[in-house]
Amino acid sequence: MRMRLMRGNEAVVVGALLAHCEAFFGYPITPANEISEGAAKLFPLAGRTFVQAESEVAAINMVFGASSAGARCLTGSSGPGISLKMEGISYLACAELPAVIADICRVGPGLGNIYPSQGDYNQLVKGGGHGEYRVIVLAPNSAQEMCDFTIRAFDLADRYRTPVFVFTDGCVGQMMEPVHLPDLPPKPEPKPWALIPGAETNSNLVTSIFLEASEMESIILKLQAKYADIARDEVLCETYRTEDAEIVLVGFGIVSRVLRSVVEEARSEGLRVGLLRPQTLFPFPTEQIRELSERARSILVVELNNGQMVEDVRLAVAERCPVEFYGKMGGELPAIDDILARLRALMVEA
Amino acid sequence: MAKKTLQKPKAFQDVFTRKSRDQKTTHYCPGCGHGIAHKLIAEAMSDLGLQDRSTIVAPVGCSIFLYYYFDCRSLSVPHGRGPAAMTGISRVRPDTISISYQGDGDLAAIGTSEIIHSANRGENIAVFFINNAIYGMTGGQMAPTTPLEMRTTTSPRGRASETEGFPIAVCELISTLRAPVYVERVSLDTPANILGARRAIRKALQAQADRKGFTLVEILSPCPTQWRVDPTKTGEWIRENMHPIFKPGVYRDVLAETPSRPRPERREMSDGEMYALLGIDENATIRALPTGCEDFHLAYRFAGFGGQGVILLGMLLAQAGMASGYQVTWLPSYGPEMRGGTANSSVVLSTRAIGSPMVAETDVLVAMNGPSLEKFLPTVAPGGCVLYDSDPIETPPAAPDGVHLYPVPARDIAQQAGEARAANVVMLGVYAAIGDLFEEEVLADALRKAFAAKKGAVEANRRALAAGADYARSHFPCPAPDRPGVMVK
Repeated sequence: MRMRLMRGNEAVVVGALLAHCEAFFGYPITPANEISEGAAKLFPLAGRTFVQAESEVAAINMVFGASSAGARCLTGSSGPGISLKMEGISYLACAELPAVIADICRVGPGLGNIYPSQGDYNQLVKGGGHGEYRVIVLAPNSAQEMCDFTIRAFDLADRYRTPVFVFTDGCVGQMMEPVHLPDLPPKPEPKPWALIPGAETNSNLVTSIFLEASEMESIILKLQAKYADIARDEVLCETYRTEDAEIVLVGFGIVSRVLRSVVEEARSEGLRVGLLRPQTLFPFPTEQIRELSERARSILVVELNNGQMVEDVRLAVAERCPVEFYGKMGGELPAIDDILARLRALMVEA
Repeated sequence: MAKKTLQKPKAFQDVFTRKSRDQKTTHYCPGCGHGIAHKLIAEAMSDLGLQDRSTIVAPVGCSIFLYYYFDCRSLSVPHGRGPAAMTGISRVRPDTISISYQGDGDLAAIGTSEIIHSANRGENIAVFFINNAIYGMTGGQMAPTTPLEMRTTTSPRGRASETEGFPIAVCELISTLRAPVYVERVSLDTPANILGARRAIRKALQAQADRKGFTLVEILSPCPTQWRVDPTKTGEWIRENMHPIFKPGVYRDVLAETPSRPRPERREMSDGEMYALLGIDENATIRALPTGCEDFHLAYRFAGFGGQGVILLGMLLAQAGMASGYQVTWLPSYGPEMRGGTANSSVVLSTRAIGSPMVAETDVLVAMNGPSLEKFLPTVAPGGCVLYDSDPIETPPAAPDGVHLYPVPARDIAQQAGEARAANVVMLGVYAAIGDLFEEEVLADALRKAFAAKKGAVEANRRALAAGADYARSHFPCPAPDRPGVMVK
C-alpha cells in the first residue's frame, strides 16, 4: 500500500519530487513553512537543488533563472510573500517560462494573521502583477489533491509554458491526511528553447522586452490565445448532489469540505441543496455554473474572504438566478449551522 | 613573419539578428564604455573556449540589449535580479558559465540584496559591474555611485551627503564577505587600464570555468552622454571624479588557494528508492474496519502545554486510525500560540468522507493541563468523554451533562514505566483500552513509525502504552459498554 499520512504542505513537496521537479527556492513564511522544510530535507537526498533565498523576490527570480535553464522548479509562500513575488511572476508569464508556485493563503491585507483564508483569490486569479497575463490556478481541498494537483501543475506549466499556482489555505496546508502516492509520471520532454550549455543553443534567448509596438502586441495576443486554450481545455470542477438541487452552494478549497457537510445536513432536513466545487479557479468553471443557474432557484457562494470568487460566479450566472454571498474573514471557518440557517432563509425567500 | 589578422571575437554576432532593425549598428552612444566591456568579455569567452557554455544576464539599464551582440545564451531579467536568476541557472545547470552583467543602479540600488547574498553564498557566477555613476537608460538620474556634488536630473543641486548619502563602494563592501574568491576594480580610462580590465575579466571567467566560486569585477566606465562630457575627455573625468572614491585595485583574491568545487552530480533514483525516501512502507496494510464500526464519526482534541506531546499524540491516533481503515484528518494549532502557550491538535476519525477537519464539537478530549481542560471542556458533546492528567489537575471543573470524566495520573504512570516524557502515550494507552478501536499491533506500529529515529524510544513508549492500558483496565470498565471509541454516561 503506497499510502502515508502527511500534511498538505508536505504533499506539495512529495508531488514535486514525483513530478521530477529539479529545484526548490523559497523563503520562510507561516503557514507555508513545511514546504520549505520538506524540500530542505528531501530535495538534496533525491539529488535535487534546495536554496533558501534571501527574500521572496530572490526566490522567484531563482525560479526564473532555473526555469529558463529548462529545470522544473517549485517555490511556495503565503499572501505577503506572494505579493512580493508578483514582479517575477509577471516576467515568467511574459517570457513564457513554466513554474509551479504554492500559495498557502493566510488572512488579511497587511501582515494579517496566519489562519486559513482565501483572500488571495483576486491576486492570483486576476493576475496580481503588472500587465496582461493570467496564471493557471489549481485549488486543492485535501492532502491528496495537494500531491496530485502539484504533479498536474508541473505538467500544465510545461505544456503551456506558464506559471501555475497551487492555491489553498492554511488549513489544507497544515492538516494531515492519508495520501496515496501515484505512479511516477513520465519524465518531462526536453526543452529546445532552454538556456542549456551547447553550441546548438547559442542563439537561445529568454526575454520579456519587445520594443516594437507591433511585435509587443503580437506577443500579448499570443499569450491571450494561450489563455483561451487553457479556458477551453483545462477546467476542472466537482459537483455533489446538484442533479435536483434548488439551491447550489459554490465554494473551493477547505470551504468546499464544510459545504459538503452542509449539503448532507440540509438533505437530511429535506432541503434540496447541492454543491459545485471549482478545482481550477483560472480557468473558471463558467459553463458548469451557467448550466446549474438555469435550473437552480438560487446560488450561495461561500468564501473565506470579502467576496472575490462571487464576482466570477455572477458573471457566469448573468442574472439567471440570484447569487448570494456568505463570507468569513479573520481565520475561522464558516460554521455548518450558520450556513444552514442561511439556506433555510433562502428557501423561504426563493 | 607570420601575418597577424585582427578580427572581432567569435562570441560576437556578425550581424545583429536579435535586433528587429538596424542590424548592423549598435544601440550604444559614441564613447560609451559598454562596447569596450562587451568586447573584452566576448574576447575572453572566445579565447578561453567558453562561448558554447556561457549564459549572460541582460540587465535593466543601457545594456538591456547586450544580447544583440553576444552570440551566446542570454536571459533578460527583472531590474537587479541578475544574481538571483544566475543562482538558479548555475545550481541546476552547473556546466553553465554564468555571467551577471549589471549596471550601478541595477546592482548597487535595486539589486543590493541579491548581489550581497549571492556573493555571500559563494555562487559560481561571474559578475561584471559597470559603474558609470549615473542612470543612463532612464535619462541621467542619480545613481548610488554618483559622486558628491554631481548634478543629475534627480540631484539638480548636486548630490548632498546629508540627504542622499555617499557613493557606495561596491568592491569594498563585497570584499568584507568571506565567500567571494576574487574582487577587483578596474578602469576604462586609458588604453593601459583597459588592458588591465581585459586581464581581470579573463581571470574571472577562468575562475568560473574552474568552478572556484563568486567573482566580481567592477569596471569604471564612461557615459559621456549623461555626464554631458566630450567623449574624448571621459578618461580625465573618470580619473578626476571616480578614482578618488573608487580606487582601482584588487580587493580580494584567494583564487590560488581555492580548490575547484566538485561538479554536483545528478543521481538517478529508482522508483523504489524514491518511494522509500518519501517514507512509504510498501509492506504496510490497511485493515478492514471491525464489525460494529461501519458508521461512526468521532472528533478528538488533544491539548496541553507546548512540549507535552499533544501534537504527536494526535498524529499517533491518526496513524492508528488510518491503518485501521478509517478516514482520518489531523490538524494542529499552529503559529504564535504554539510558542509558550497551549498547543492542541484535532483528529477526526470517520467511516465517511470527512468535511471540515476543524473540530467544533469534541467527542473525545485529552487534556494534559488545567488551562486546556478549562478551555475545551465546554466543547465536549453530550455522550463524549474527557481524559485528563490528574497530577496537575487535582480538582477538575464540573463536567457538562452527559460528559464522562476520566482522571489519569499520566505523568506518574509514565515515570513508573521508565519514560517520564511519555505521559501522552500513557493517555493513548488508556484511551485504547476504553475505546477499543485499535488492534494492539496497529498502535505498536504507529509508535514504531513515530519514534523510528530515536534509539530506545520505541520500547520505552511501548511500555508507557501498556502501562496506560493496564491502568485503564484496573480503574474503568474496559472496553466502554456503549458506542465504540467513546465511554458514555
